[in-house]
Amino acid sequence: MPNEKLFADNFLLHDRIIKFIIPKPTAVMPSSQTSGIRKVIIASSVGTLIEWYDFFIFGSLATVISNQFFPKTNPTAALLSTLATFAVGFIVRPFGALVFGRLGDLVGRKYTFLLTLIIMGGSTFAIGLVPKYETIGFAAPLIVLILRLLQGLALGGEYGGAAIYVAEHSPDHRRGYFTSWIQTTASIGFFVSLGVILLTRHVLDSDQTKSIAKFNDWGWRIPFLISIILVGVSIYIRLKMNESPLFMKLKSEGKTSSNPLKESFTHKENLKMVLLALFGATMAQGVIWYTGQFYAQSFIENVCKIDFDQSRTILIWAIFFTTPFFVVFGTWSDKVGRKWIIVAGMLLATISYRFLFSQLLQVSDEKNKTEIAQLQQVKTTLTPIPNSSNSLRTTVTKNFYDDGMFISETKKDTLYIDHASTKPEIRIAKTLGNSGYWKMVFIVSIMIFNVTIAYGPIVSFLVELFPTKIRYTSMSLPYHIGNGIFGGLTPFFATLLTTIYTSDKLVGLTYPIVISLVGAIICILYVNEKNKKSFDTI
Amino acid sequence: MNSIRRIAGILWIAIAPVALYYLIKTGMSEIEKKPTIDTKIQWIVFIIVFIPAAIGLVIFGYYALKGEYDEN
Repeated sequence: MPNEKLFADNFLLHDRIIKFIIPKPTAVMPSSQTSGIRKVIIASSVGTLIEWYDFFIFGSLATVISNQFFPKTNPTAALLSTLATFAVGFIVRPFGALVFGRLGDLVGRKYTFLLTLIIMGGSTFAIGLVPKYETIGFAAPLIVLILRLLQGLALGGEYGGAAIYVAEHSPDHRRGYFTSWIQTTASIGFFVSLGVILLTRHVLDSDQTKSIAKFNDWGWRIPFLISIILVGVSIYIRLKMNESPLFMKLKSEGKTSSNPLKESFTHKENLKMVLLALFGATMAQGVIWYTGQFYAQSFIENVCKIDFDQSRTILIWAIFFTTPFFVVFGTWSDKVGRKWIIVAGMLLATISYRFLFSQLLQVSDEKNKTEIAQLQQVKTTLTPIPNSSNSLRTTVTKNFYDDGMFISETKKDTLYIDHASTKPEIRIAKTLGNSGYWKMVFIVSIMIFNVTIAYGPIVSFLVELFPTKIRYTSMSLPYHIGNGIFGGLTPFFATLLTTIYTSDKLVGLTYPIVISLVGAIICILYVNEKNKKSFDTI
Repeated sequence: MNSIRRIAGILWIAIAPVALYYLIKTGMSEIEKKPTIDTKIQWIVFIIVFIPAAIGLVIFGYYALKGEYDEN
């Protein structure tokens, strides 16, 4: 299992990898310019990272939140309600892209992405303060839903603004490198959200069972509440930054768009680029991003039956090992072009997903291991049910295997005084041994490595498709339809396919495989390279 | 290459309604299996958001067919 020393060693390795693969910008740029662009990258990336963190903690805590805000009488309905809220969070993103994209093209990038940060931070903090359903009734889920909608809207405006802000400060020949830092923020935001949740879950009490119970009761609010500190710092940094130089130039010349929405989506020359950006790039990239991270985690937990903590720490390590590659592929795209790197990511996803996910099943399958029968543990507890003569019987059976894995089977049923018994509720959680754990980390790392190939250069590719005066609007919409709708709904569609075609546990991958293949074909056929071109020629 | 681009345009125009039909059919069958309000809301939302995407794919295919993406 991961320990602090290993974490520290890997952190150093991580730092060395970045220093080794990324040449110092001072070699090609004057130092004042380098320092300026560094500030721009930090101001943009920190804010965007926090927005992703805010957005992902809700999704990661969906089950806990459903118990707090939705009627407990029907747990399935409660969970579905939360999932629906989660989906709404994704679906509303394209609307945020339109609202804030338009604003960004009219009044400027800086104030628009400052506004999105305030909305996101305020909504996240407020979710942490909403009283439970038991306390204020139906108002609780309603308020949470509204706040979740605001989060989705804000995210729809944030990413495009930050990406364009960095791109418009970057020299043409290093745009891929500088903008790729923005590309790391979604994964790091997810990484931080998982880390904060796990940490909070285990530090609320020295007894782990009590700590988890406290977390499920009130501790889940902490990750939401601490967000306000991070947002405050980020707002302070962003307030000190200047407006994008390209936007300022357009404004001083009186050449900004008076109606960015109309120009973006009714002028054929631009609309055809919006459609190309969606179907030839962001649709497949979004699906690859969500398959490699969200669906992988869901698959490990729900199909492989790996326990709560391990299913998350596996992802944390995999993100940690692979995040530098966003910058590697962004940088590489400055040299060889964006198109073929993105295509490679899409094609790799198409051909590797079934194999990689089948390996996850193999690693977790006890049929491939030898059970050590003499280590089996069985523990039964009887808890009297208040105001009745009946009892709740809980039987925990632990089976151990030669590679260090053990399976906990928790069986709960009610014993009635007349000896009748209900159908037991059975929950299985597998805890992997060391070798199985690191094998899974390796497999998920390959999936996220694939994400870095497709996602690293995509922002520079997108900003180069559109002219400055309508760039915010034109770029944000295809990005958020691709990622919010096609990508964000990947876990839902994949899970749905597994419930329809129950004989094949990997059938859910059909959706990302088909979308990645279609995206790759469209990208190969229709995308022309534009890297290294000056924004003046676009 | 330009002729492949144009011919593929027909494919994109055809894929969009087929995908939408499949989505609606699956949605209706899922609602029939489990006619709860949650299932209904989810599927209605999914179909509504995918309709503009399907229309977009048809327009994309049309532009491809007309040679808008041809290399000069």
